[in-house]
Amino acid sequence: MEYPELQRQDGRSPAVDGDRPAAANAADGEDLLVKIRGLHFAYGERVILDNVDIDIRRSEITTIMGPSGTGKTTLLRLIGGQVLPNAGSVEVDGQNVPTLSRSDLYELRKRMGMLFQTGALFTDLSVFDNVAFPLREHTELPETLIRDLVLIKLQAVGLRGAKDLMPAELSGGMSRRVALARAIALDPMMIMYDEPFTGQDPISVGVIMQLIRRINQYMGLTSILVSHDVAEASAISDRIYLISEGKVVEQGSPTELQESPSEWTQQFLRGKADGPVPFHYSAQPFADELMAIE
Amino acid sequence: MLGWIQNLGHSALGFVERVGRAHLFLFQALAAIPSCFKNPYLLTTQVYSVGVLSIQIILISGVTVGLVLGLQMYNTLTDFGAEDSLGTVVALSLVRELGPVLSALLFSGRAGSALTAEIGLMKATEQLSGLEMMAVDPIKRVIAPRLLAGIISMPLLAAIFSAAGIIGSYFIGVNQLGVDAGVFWSQMTAKVDFYDDIFNGFIKSLVFGIVATWIAVFEGYDSVPTTAGVSRAVTRTVVHTAFAVLGLDFVLTALMFGEV
Repeated sequence: MEYPELQRQDGRSPAVDGDRPAAANAADGEDLLVKIRGLHFAYGERVILDNVDIDIRRSEITTIMGPSGTGKTTLLRLIGGQVLPNAGSVEVDGQNVPTLSRSDLYELRKRMGMLFQTGALFTDLSVFDNVAFPLREHTELPETLIRDLVLIKLQAVGLRGAKDLMPAELSGGMSRRVALARAIALDPMMIMYDEPFTGQDPISVGVIMQLIRRINQYMGLTSILVSHDVAEASAISDRIYLISEGKVVEQGSPTELQESPSEWTQQFLRGKADGPVPFHYSAQPFADELMAIE
Repeated sequence: MLGWIQNLGHSALGFVERVGRAHLFLFQALAAIPSCFKNPYLLTTQVYSVGVLSIQIILISGVTVGLVLGLQMYNTLTDFGAEDSLGTVVALSLVRELGPVLSALLFSGRAGSALTAEIGLMKATEQLSGLEMMAVDPIKRVIAPRLLAGIISMPLLAAIFSAAGIIGSYFIGVNQLGVDAGVFWSQMTAKVDFYDDIFNGFIKSLVFGIVATWIAVFEGYDSVPTTAGVSRAVTRTVVHTAFAVLGLDFVLTALMFGEV
């Protein structure tokens, strides 16, 4: 695979493949891009997130993991300001997202990218026009420059040759790569990935993993992944948060989590069928039910 | 019994909440309409999609209704020796009532359902969320151009429907049943008033255009983002538009022609 020669926007030299970004070791208080404190969110009486604290450090890849339905995607929507929390704060680059005015929120979103699970490409626009969309909406650049920028972004994800295709002609993996090119079109400070590996074949998973890591390194981005693909997410993440039943169960580097004494963490990371999360749904004793007279 | 009352109250609250949400949505969409003129391409695309592509069904339906109307009216008028009034009766029926009402119902079935499905699927495939996250307001980008296109198209479609209907009744009345062509047109132009009939018919079609497109875009935007949810939203669009148009038609007719 061919990657374009990109320079880090923060001026640091790019890390070699497999290296951890420098911020992974140096980060602390002032190095946080996203700071979530006491976050509480509920749909009616159903609590999704309960008193959640999360720190996302600049230039790192942070993964939010947990079983389905634990509010991982909701967390991304809260960071993006698409839904409002019942309590708590979500600070992105020093701005508390829930309290921002609509215009300030839109200004902040211009510096965020989001890769949706479905890709969310506009089906009536070609690949080229999809990637050009944010540039045409938010810049006054001449069409010739937009063309060059779009080709650069498509080259970065390996799909320059697919620029004239329509979204319906793309495979699932290609759709996500186009969506990734669109997400980086405005050179954002961070990208949020919602389940980027779900439903992909092994080659597509490998391609997307490489792209996430390389784009994060070369463009000096901060990446937030939501995933329950343990192996893939562990391979590219600097830090992982495990969420279950609306609470942060554990956090740390992939290595730290692998060595965690927590039975729940071990069951989740190793995919054990039984453990703290039982195999059997709660029911009366089997023998009692078999002997019961209707 | 208590549970039944609770369910009734819950349904009533849900209905009121949805009506409120629909009105807020309409105000937001109307406020966003000026932004359509910054990007005329979006507007013209939608006028083509909801308006121009509806012309075929409007023309065919208009001619068919005109044929039937001409035949029925001729048979009735002949009993009173008033077949010379055929042009007038048909034109008044079409311009005042059938043109706006039937065009709105046809518009809802062809363009309204398509709008709901399109917006609902955009929601289901996260395209609307994608717009929001790219700092693009979906109300301005997606909803306002479609609403304005519906408002522009509906009176034009109603006019085309009425014209097609008159041509249909002319064909059956003059060419087939022997009504004098000069009488047909002269009676029509003498009796059809521009303000009382044509302008009021235009106002009706404008109101129906706003309501039919509003229901269509709201149902799509508010749909449950699943296959079944979009399907139900499309059904609601057609049914609610039919109720709204027929109900409003009575109200508008009473206001416009109640004292005649």
